[in-house]
Amino acid sequence: MVEPATGSADLELSGLIRRFGTVTALAGVDLAVRAGELLTILGPSGSGKTTLLKAVAGFEMLDAGDIRLKGRDITLAPPARRNIGMVFQNYALFPHMDVAANVAFPLEMRGMAKAAIAEKVAWALQTVDLAGYGARLPRQLSGGQQQRVALARAVVFDPGLLLLDEPFGALDRKLREQMQLEVKRLQRRLGLTTLFVTHDQEEALILSDRIAVMKSGQIEQLGTPEEIYARPANRFVADFIGESNLFRCRVSAVADGMATLTGEGGLTLRIVAGTLTAIGSEIGALLRPERPRILVPGETAGNMAEGEVVEAVYLGESVKYALRLVGGGSLLVRLPFKAGHGMLSPGQRLRLGWDPADMHAVPWS
Amino acid sequence: MVVSGRPGRPLAPGRKLLIAYCVLVMVFLLLPLAIVFPISFSSAQSLQFPPPGYSLRWYRTYVNDPVWMAATWRSLIIALWTTALATVLGTLLAFSIVRGNYPGKAIVNQIATAPLIVPTIIYSIAVYGLFAGFKMIGLWQGIVLGHTVHALPFVVMIVGAALRTFDATQEQAAEGLGASKLQAIRRVTLPQIRPALISAAFLAFISSFDELVIAMFLGGSNVTLPKKMFDNITMEIEPTVAVVSVLQIVLVSLVLMLAARFGAGARPVT
Repeated sequence: MVEPATGSADLELSGLIRRFGTVTALAGVDLAVRAGELLTILGPSGSGKTTLLKAVAGFEMLDAGDIRLKGRDITLAPPARRNIGMVFQNYALFPHMDVAANVAFPLEMRGMAKAAIAEKVAWALQTVDLAGYGARLPRQLSGGQQQRVALARAVVFDPGLLLLDEPFGALDRKLREQMQLEVKRLQRRLGLTTLFVTHDQEEALILSDRIAVMKSGQIEQLGTPEEIYARPANRFVADFIGESNLFRCRVSAVADGMATLTGEGGLTLRIVAGTLTAIGSEIGALLRPERPRILVPGETAGNMAEGEVVEAVYLGESVKYALRLVGGGSLLVRLPFKAGHGMLSPGQRLRLGWDPADMHAVPWS
Repeated sequence: MVVSGRPGRPLAPGRKLLIAYCVLVMVFLLLPLAIVFPISFSSAQSLQFPPPGYSLRWYRTYVNDPVWMAATWRSLIIALWTTALATVLGTLLAFSIVRGNYPGKAIVNQIATAPLIVPTIIYSIAVYGLFAGFKMIGLWQGIVLGHTVHALPFVVMIVGAALRTFDATQEQAAEGLGASKLQAIRRVTLPQIRPALISAAFLAFISSFDELVIAMFLGGSNVTLPKKMFDNITMEIEPTVAVVSVLQIVLVSLVLMLAARFGAGARPVT
């Protein structure tokens, strides 16, 4: 459970617009990143997230809108005057300088005295667990170590904002998870306001205080990881974050706070009505694969479905099944793998049940 | 010579032919050296091979002749100025061509490499016509300008190739860390493309130091070393020219060795 960040906005983006010919990369983005918060811009490639990051860093000019960092308007400031620390996708370490010189670079550019630089560099390397590595060249370090150097270089000058541009892509899975946690810890400890850009939704869920999901140059939804995962605002977000079953349904009845939905193939679902009141309206009913459970014979649930296993994928702690439902249609479920029970094999039938509260409605159109 | 082939397997006839051909080419290219070196140490009055005896008299003649010496110094000074100008201007041009984004960039690129394509004689006549109008014929500075334009393509191509493979995000990183554009280039880019810069400078030097045609047209009475050698061969046949050739070969080899040593990793891309 991530504590929601509070406090005033450190980075304020308002009305950012950027067009490349006929392509609109940013179509009026408004966003406020709170002090000390790690906010993730999550989106597929082409969603405009990289353009947004470049605009904040100062490498991309805007057609309209403005950017304020700690109250200062930096819309037109050159990158050097923005006081933003950035970790690049490929780290962009200077290969001809040793680790200490890399980390000292931003301080030198700020005209800091030699003794103070040495002290700061030592502190930064200590912070990323690389004390004693100052004399090495970047190419003599492992990928994870290079990333730490990039991180040290980005935070050594007390930047007003930390930008992370998909920094974990080049690392193998285990190292990536370790680095994600380290970055998170460092960011918390230094209280750095951070903007993190990624296309990896899993990474976004792990790291973020809040996530802004982007598509076609616009923010589709802004919220905590829990909100984004459990209550996506629309079909795009529901589909992009995590795995999902999305049933196209019509509202056929509403009574006692419950709505009855009818879908294709005679599927009938019950869902907490909430704001669903219009009978006949078309919605998407979202069901996450880990919600359904196997019903023992005779057991009933608010929603039930019966189907045949088409495909089974063993995931270690769970098994993912693709089912063909009796009335047609398909269902993706993830069931805990209990030793001794074994896996169901294709062709086997099973009956599943889940509660109305396990589902979430999103507008279909 | 490296002959790759699996041990214990006879070379294919085509391969044998290729090796024979390579040896022939090498002999053909190196033979002049084998003749020039002994002749420079000749004791004879004229160009004779093999020399009847050996002495250093022609080296003495060369060193003690004020005309030869003046031509040598002139060529060196012209080559050094050309190197400096061509390297600086060519590097700026390479930056503009690789990094710039402006209409007509392709044309600038073509023009920058044109001196390689246009025959030197045509170029020389054109420059002669232009400089004659400015009353610049006979000035060594004129030759420097002519040689600089002639050397630009080498610099633009070598530095351009290095810039193309250089990861520009490093410059962005430097700027983000507080460096101005100029500081980013000076501290991050230039140190990393230094081998290319050195190779380009050496090539510019050699292209000027060796150059005859442009110097002939623009030099007037201010003869450069290649022009003096040319005159020497046309007017009198004596071994001083062999001495100068040997010294030139030694100098150029030295320059190439230095280029290989400090310019490692950067090869001209043509």
